[in-house]
Amino acid sequence: MAKIIVVTSGKGGVGKTTTSASFATGLAARGHKTAVIDFDVGLRNLDLIMGVERRVVFDFVNVINGEATLKQALIKDKQLDTLYILAASQTRDKDALTQEGVERVLNELAQSFEYIICDSPAGIEKGAFMAMYFADEALVVTNPEVSSVRDSDRVLGILSSKSRKSEGGDGKVREHLVLTRYNPARVAKGEMLSVDDVKEILAIPLLGVIPESQSVLTSSNAGVPVIREENSDAGLAYQDLVARFVGEERTHRFLAAPRKGLLGKLFGSQ
Amino acid sequence: MDWLRFFKREQKRSASIAKERLMIAVAHQRSGDANGLRYLPQMREELLAVVRRYVQVPDDAVQFNVARDEGIEVLELNITLPEKQRN
Repeated sequence: MAKIIVVTSGKGGVGKTTTSASFATGLAARGHKTAVIDFDVGLRNLDLIMGVERRVVFDFVNVINGEATLKQALIKDKQLDTLYILAASQTRDKDALTQEGVERVLNELAQSFEYIICDSPAGIEKGAFMAMYFADEALVVTNPEVSSVRDSDRVLGILSSKSRKSEGGDGKVREHLVLTRYNPARVAKGEMLSVDDVKEILAIPLLGVIPESQSVLTSSNAGVPVIREENSDAGLAYQDLVARFVGEERTHRFLAAPRKGLLGKLFGSQ
Repeated sequence: MDWLRFFKREQKRSASIAKERLMIAVAHQRSGDANGLRYLPQMREELLAVVRRYVQVPDDAVQFNVARDEGIEVLELNITLPEKQRN
């Protein structure tokens, strides 16, 4: 049975697409056949983060409208033969995603994939709603910052009331907290909400903490999901996250600031 | 220890302020979601219909006010009757 997982947040710019790309890549690298779909109709970006932007011929909306087959529209990853990407359309038509159309594409994907990752757009409008509706599980991407935490809470409310699972009385969407852009040094100084603060407020299980890292930008520049960066703490944190998701035990790393030397302590500027 | 900090006045840590504010904002948001203050507009319509069986009142005759105070929620309901029909 394929598992449908939505990557959502409410707020924009918190790391949904970065997380979708790395999460899908991590699952595929472990041998699970994985498809990742960009639901952000009109503002396609997953293709850039995955480095496949020049290979997009057909998109999600083409498949929904019957203008292309799913097979034609799925872009196979260059490195991993278990990873496929379905790009968002650049149309400005807001109603391009229909519930029946999305369901049909997901059902077809479910026949041959183990994991289907839905990269939600920001906001709580139609695209976000469609990405959430069919989900079995949800990664709620949150920054340790007031507006992001509040929006995540709002999204959790929607997941628990307006998803196929909740409407069908078929249990509830399994929720996971993914805390991104975490800066342990600022947390230590009391300038940033801590992991425990956010866990206490949102009250959902923690799947992973991704430290704020320069490699997130540099890997997006190159079109390589950051999980492939073996020397980056963000990349390693995403690897841990994927391992935990498939049931392995991993302790949380990168929660404490690196220790400063004596000079750093005396003249620490921040 | 950053020794310059020693001379600055101790201020309340902004993360704890953020947490306090969030707890309140989120609690407020959830109460709106869960105990369904969404029913208020409909309830207002229905009350108006009942009142109008007896008295003709304008649309704004029924006023709601919801107040939350230390865990107690008070629904205050005001129905203003027109002047001349009061006797």
